Amino acid sequence: MKKKQGARMDKYLLVSVLSVCVGIFVWWLVTDGLGLFRSNVLPSPVKVCQTFLKKWVEARPDGATLLQHLMASLKVALGGYLIGALVGIPLGIFMAWNDKVDMLVRPVFDLVRTIPGVAWTSVMVTLVGIGYMSKALVIFISAMVAMVINSYSGIKQTKTVHLWVGQTFGASNWDLLTRVAIPSALPMIFTGLDVALGSAWTTLVAAELLASTRGLGFMIQQARGIFRLDIVIVGMVVIAITGAILSSIIRKIGDRVVKGGRLR
Amino acid sequence: MEKKEPKVVVNHLTKKFGDLLVLDDLNFEVQEGEFLCIVGPTGCGKTTFLNSLTRLYEPTAGEILVNGIPVDPKKQDISYIFQEYSSFPWLTVEQNVRFGLEIKRVPKEEADASVEEMLDIVGLTKFRSYYPSQLSISMLQRVAIARAFATKPELLLMDEPYGQLDIDLRFKLEDELLKLWKKTGTTVLFITHNIEEAVYLSQNIMVLTNKPTSVKTVLHNPLPLPRDVMSQEFVDLRNQVTDLIKWW
Repeated sequence: MKKKQGARMDKYLLVSVLSVCVGIFVWWLVTDGLGLFRSNVLPSPVKVCQTFLKKWVEARPDGATLLQHLMASLKVALGGYLIGALVGIPLGIFMAWNDKVDMLVRPVFDLVRTIPGVAWTSVMVTLVGIGYMSKALVIFISAMVAMVINSYSGIKQTKTVHLWVGQTFGASNWDLLTRVAIPSALPMIFTGLDVALGSAWTTLVAAELLASTRGLGFMIQQARGIFRLDIVIVGMVVIAITGAILSSIIRKIGDRVVKGGRLR
Repeated sequence: MEKKEPKVVVNHLTKKFGDLLVLDDLNFEVQEGEFLCIVGPTGCGKTTFLNSLTRLYEPTAGEILVNGIPVDPKKQDISYIFQEYSSFPWLTVEQNVRFGLEIKRVPKEEADASVEEMLDIVGLTKFRSYYPSQLSISMLQRVAIARAFATKPELLLMDEPYGQLDIDLRFKLEDELLKLWKKTGTTVLFITHNIEEAVYLSQNIMVLTNKPTSVKTVLHNPLPLPRDVMSQEFVDLRNQVTDLIKWW
């Protein structure tokens, strides 16, 4: 059975690789191939690759190499994300577990969660200035919202009969929470971590477009100003790849932590 | 001979959900080591009855005494096997069986021994590191049974545990249950809507009425174990119980 599954995975991988290749081929065809778009409107994949390689060592035109931009973005995104997880997961769990906490926090949370993360940018810039803090705070808010929502529903979806098993064995409230509700909610908590990562990463780029001196979003913004679309696309590709890598790391951790084949 | 103190005493147990009266003034006793089957028409509140007994639902009125003191799962060793599949999907078979022992903070050696014994009795030793998603339905119910017996409960409550099983599996698990009951001497309250099952297992059969539920009667089941479902005495008793349940 394992073998069969492996074969299906290989097939799936093949199809994914193929679809990416076809996409890149079509892109090449409409630029260099047939010349439908001029290179200052839509740069060809070859041009983008060249820029991509060059940008690792060249600080022009925006004052930093690709690696420096990437590290700046990662530092902000992961900082905000981790604090968002440290606050959001316990908050979601306790809101779901304790009605009093729920009543206290819920109204504020329901208001905050409808605000797009980027909308906080101006407020944060006014409060703490352009820099690490303002962006990290914006990301913290958008990541935390996703974590709270998912941990909350994870705990709420705990099966009554599982809690009853604990109760009839005489489990304390703490045992019920830590041995029944939280393990039962783990798949949802990991979904939250994944979703929050996505929203942290997209919010980051948006925040950098508005308030930054370095970072992938900043690089895109600068390149746009001087019509260097090749750099814009390099930025987009790096964002996509980094996001995919981070997301797969979260899933790998999830596979180790969530027992009993309950993920996906 | 001195009369033994009853294991369970239920006085005037009443449960209402809002205005709906579900349990109406139930009174009965269960002796130590007794195997009592509880039967009644569908929807007569059998599950509410067991859930009130374990304080999962707070009774509206009346009292339930186990060993002469009010029932409290934190103080008395009670196990409950539910109608639904209740194995924890995030724990292996072995960890599931160990769950109650850990909640009750049983010392490790004692817990180990108990887990081994139970896995052996229900025949799941080979599957100890499997997760519930990898098990068949009958194996899942055996996990629940092993988990319930592992804590050596003084009172075991079962709510139609075999309701959704094939008939041959049911017979097999019923025999397994009788074996465990004889071996441990635990007091069993077993709810079922299956009259044949009740006559096959019980020492006494309690018949409940339609809602609002009260105790219609308690029948003694004198047939010797193991029972033959085809024998005339068995069929007679089964028919007698069936007549008691009829409400039409």
